Amino acid sequence: MIIHHPILGPRDAQEFVYLGDASLIGRPDGLTASIEDFHNYTYLRDNPAGAHRELWYHEQGDRSWLVVTRNTVTHEILQVELARDVARAEGRSK
Amino acid sequence: MPDFILNPITALGHATPEVDIIGPWTITERADVALASLAVRRGRLGDVQTSAAAVGLPLPAAGASASGALYSAFWMTPEMWMVEAPFASHEDIRAHLLPAFGDAASITEQTDAWVRFDLAGADLPRLLERLSNFDLAKAAAGAATRTVMEHLGCYLIKRTDTLVTVYGPRSSAQSLHHALIVAAQSVL
Repeated sequence: MIIHHPILGPRDAQEFVYLGDASLIGRPDGLTASIEDFHNYTYLRDNPAGAHRELWYHEQGDRSWLVVTRNTVTHEILQVELARDVARAEGRSK
Repeated sequence: MPDFILNPITALGHATPEVDIIGPWTITERADVALASLAVRRGRLGDVQTSAAAVGLPLPAAGASASGALYSAFWMTPEMWMVEAPFASHEDIRAHLLPAFGDAASITEQTDAWVRFDLAGADLPRLLERLSNFDLAKAAAGAATRTVMEHLGCYLIKRTDTLVTVYGPRSSAQSLHHALIVAAQSVL
């Protein structure tokens, strides 16, 4: 499987480490969120048959975190973004 | 207290760097380069670029390396570079860089974290294709990347068609050296 890194171009998936659902970026605010919010964030995941946004880490490359949109049925990779850009677009990073 | 007299040794454990000549290739351990990583602090890229230009430190683009009169550098990750300088004059490389960059960058001494081997000779892709998935033949001169050799995370820098630098973890220096020697002997 080849992941098209936004900066470095096509790279072998063996260079990457898979973390999981990209919704991990959206951690609730520890001071204001309810216990249910944290329960949902910690334990509940969607399991779609289709497009799925995932966090991948380029451990054997430039050590960047990526948000990879992958079709879980065909394994086709639809989109690759820097997790930094995604997080900032969502207002996660000040 | 007794006076301990400690002799400096290279990453491979000898008094002087090791040189191996195998067929067309020369594999040279380099102990004469000081290293420091330079990471831009949030929103300070402009300040770092100005300071780097003032001290003659190149900041190459993604996947590249560049040499200056004194300092050289290769790209590690967005807004982060590894800086190389002569060990003889810049053993305390962080102290040399810190006044120029102040609080615009985080500078970390890296000299003793890495072992450096310079591989010289014609037809280097034939040797390195045994060790790494990086397409050295296609890469332009100056290309720099992180890659895996012998299960070790290494930096690979193509200086010219006939000169390549490999940086590997110093604590695995002998394993990496062994891998280079074995690969060279096997493709002779």
